[in-house]
Amino acid sequence: MKVFITSMLTIDLDSERWECASCGHDIGSARDNYKKGLLVREREPSEIHAPILDAKEYEFTFAPDPDWCRILEYCCPNCGHLAEVEYLPPGHPPAHDIELDIDALKAQWAKREPLEKPALGPDFVAPPHSH
Amino acid sequence: MGDDMDIGGASSSAVEDFLKETSLYLAPDPEIMENHGLEPRTAYEDQCIAKANDPVRLEIVRERILAGVNESFEMLENMGAAPGAKWGDCVSAVYTASGDLSLASSGGVVIFCNLVQYPIKFINKYWAGDATVGIKEGDVFIVNDARYGQAHNTDQSMMMPVFHDGRIVAWAGATVHEGENGAIEPGGMPSLAEQIWDEGLKMSPFKVAENYKLRRDLVTFLQNSVREPKLQYADMKVKMYVCRRIETRIHEAIAEYGVEAVVAALRMNLEDTDAEVRRRLSEWPDGTTRHAWWTDGTLRENVQIKINLALTKKGDELTFDYRGSSPEFTNRSNNSLDITVKGMLAQLFLTFIWPDIPRNQGVLAPMKFVFDNPSVLKPAFGTPNAQSMMTVFTAWSAGQVCAMKFLYSNPKKYTRVLAPWFNMINTFLFGGLTQHGEMVGNVCADINGMGGGALADRDGEHGCAPIFATMSDIGEQEFIEEEMPFIQIVSKKMMRDNQGFGRQRGGMGYQMVLAMRDSPAFGFMLTAMGAKFPNIPGLFGGYGCPTYPLSRVSGVDVFDILVKDPGSFRYSIEELMNERPFKGAKYTTHPMTLGYTLAKRGELYMISQGTGGGFGDPLDRKPEDVIRDLDEDLISHDVAWRIYRVVYDRDTLHVDTEATEEAREAMRRERIAKSKPFDAFCEGWVKDKPSGKVPYYGSWDDRSMVHAGSPDALHPAGQVNPPVIMPHPLQVKIDRLEAELAAARKKA
Ligand SMILES: [Zn+2]
Repeated sequence: MKVFITSMLTIDLDSERWECASCGHDIGSARDNYKKGLLVREREPSEIHAPILDAKEYEFTFAPDPDWCRILEYCCPNCGHLAEVEYLPPGHPPAHDIELDIDALKAQWAKREPLEKPALGPDFVAPPHSH
Repeated sequence: MGDDMDIGGASSSAVEDFLKETSLYLAPDPEIMENHGLEPRTAYEDQCIAKANDPVRLEIVRERILAGVNESFEMLENMGAAPGAKWGDCVSAVYTASGDLSLASSGGVVIFCNLVQYPIKFINKYWAGDATVGIKEGDVFIVNDARYGQAHNTDQSMMMPVFHDGRIVAWAGATVHEGENGAIEPGGMPSLAEQIWDEGLKMSPFKVAENYKLRRDLVTFLQNSVREPKLQYADMKVKMYVCRRIETRIHEAIAEYGVEAVVAALRMNLEDTDAEVRRRLSEWPDGTTRHAWWTDGTLRENVQIKINLALTKKGDELTFDYRGSSPEFTNRSNNSLDITVKGMLAQLFLTFIWPDIPRNQGVLAPMKFVFDNPSVLKPAFGTPNAQSMMTVFTAWSAGQVCAMKFLYSNPKKYTRVLAPWFNMINTFLFGGLTQHGEMVGNVCADINGMGGGALADRDGEHGCAPIFATMSDIGEQEFIEEEMPFIQIVSKKMMRDNQGFGRQRGGMGYQMVLAMRDSPAFGFMLTAMGAKFPNIPGLFGGYGCPTYPLSRVSGVDVFDILVKDPGSFRYSIEELMNERPFKGAKYTTHPMTLGYTLAKRGELYMISQGTGGGFGDPLDRKPEDVIRDLDEDLISHDVAWRIYRVVYDRDTLHVDTEATEEAREAMRRERIAKSKPFDAFCEGWVKDKPSGKVPYYGSWDDRSMVHAGSPDALHPAGQVNPPVIMPHPLQVKIDRLEAELAAARKKA
């Protein structure tokens, strides 16, 4: 049974493996940090958040300062889909951001129906029109 | 006497009474302030619940009282004189006799009333039995000192006991973000505060009205202490009558349903909420999610400040562990009290995760909080906290990210998973003399225009609502201009490319281009982070917001220009700053941390509201959605290609679907080619301490040790010695200039 942990990552409860939600690629043990099975690239922040004001004229341009901030992009080694983007000061250790109790997860889902796709939650219902 | 000295057993209360009577100063009581949970049921509540426990009937009573509270909130919004009241930065609520928040108004700011539980508990504990104070029917109490329980000192709350047959059966409360409070800067949120004494009014909970009448001597004292004496008086009257309306509605409910039903409804509302929250938490996976974020300043200097969160969910409990966050800044105002963090997180659950849960403090009962003590999120008693938003909003967003990582897998959701909401107060504060000769000091309602985060299947909403109040208003600009001597020449116009990119993009923020006119003395100030390091990330492969500067054009009077040469004006920050249309004017950029600065007629002050975070990989965004944003001038051709890789005809905006898919596949291949496996990447990337290029505060890899400004100033968390004391920024500048001067003299 697959559990949709993020929009790009699933856990297969039978094999206890992280998988790419996009292509099914095996990413690693669900008991370990999923990032270990992904590829990572460091980006200068202005490659994403480009200056809106002329960077030759101004100190503050809407682009983050590379001495303060770098952007790490994590993608699936097979299909290249972005699974996570992390903003960090240069050299700061990446977070082990999702660490689940896999035994508890299996027990929880033993009582649940498998899902075909992630549950989005209730639809927005506009309040009745009145004036 | 001998028995009394025995601390054990029944005689301990005699010792407590003795200590209470002989205390020289009744500071905030840690026993009250450390407990965000529910008070135990009283014997009277037990009796009432024994008599009135039909859940259907209690729900009817609850709805009846809530209708009264909502009515009182309408009064507060419509009659309140403070800008904050007019635009929804206020709230009214009912508390149990013990002081627990049981029913907040459906509109308004939940954190405000969540924190009013503390002063009510203080009043119950210290003033009820005090012969010089006491609590009688018709009394009203007031508070604004955050350390006794307020979100920050710019808010003022009034509290009224509701009696029935001589017994307190509930409390009514009303809170408004009043703004002005006599601090060192106008507007109530002084970034210049270096001591708590620079923060203005320090109202511990005290009685300000008897027999439903304000004591004019006390009102005069308060008016005498602030820049807006009329506002102070007007809103005290408004809040008192709001409490009175709640009292009336509770008395009516008692007359109709009986006092037992009312007391039971208020108590069971809390217990039922606690139980339902535990049930919902049980649906989450067990485990820990982690998220660290950095704010980039104290409002006086740019420094990197870590907010570190590990959120652990086990069974039906949730623990927010903020250890490893920055040490406190003992002479800066950007510290946040822990009660403020907790109150904000109540708001996270009550508005963003379980909006269908009754708005009361039962939501926090199954949650625990851990902080280093002292630290930037739990400062010592004497440390300023007037600009707590600079750290509490980041702590809130860290909570939002961590919660979403638990929530996505849940088959049953009560609202949708959301990328981070924009979280910083990108708005102008103002103060001075108006065109009507009134002295004012306050904040623009654009504070409420934060961009919403993207959802899994929908883009975020533009300029939607602040994280602290989902139902608030950004105000009518024309109405504001009738009262204030400044014009927003560009107002509510989205800032192009200011977007949280993603499969679904964040809701964007709009531009504000201001110029002052018609006042001999009027100024602006800004108190926002995020000019160096962005304020929020995206979610699941989406990107966060960019950074935000203040742009200024000085040495010009644009009102003259608009008369003489209107065609030269440009209606966006981008064009005004990049095209520099006014000859002889000075164009500069700054962080959004402007100390109170007197404005000259017609000079431009320009900022942008922030964007919410994006959701998912931008290469998965539907090309037609990219084209729609392009067509609406929300993004440039550069972003359409560089971020979204959409190929189209620039004249017709017709998408070449095949070429787009090819370009996107090529970019995914490029990602793979330019990336490394995680472990290999970390070998090159991870350093064992901060670079030293930027002053750094907080933990690095080990949360038990925190840096206090430099790579080598490393201390055990909570034991930073010497404590962080920042030098005066002007002194730093003088020292640097004197050193340069000395060097130049030596050369000459
Ligand atoms: Zn894949």
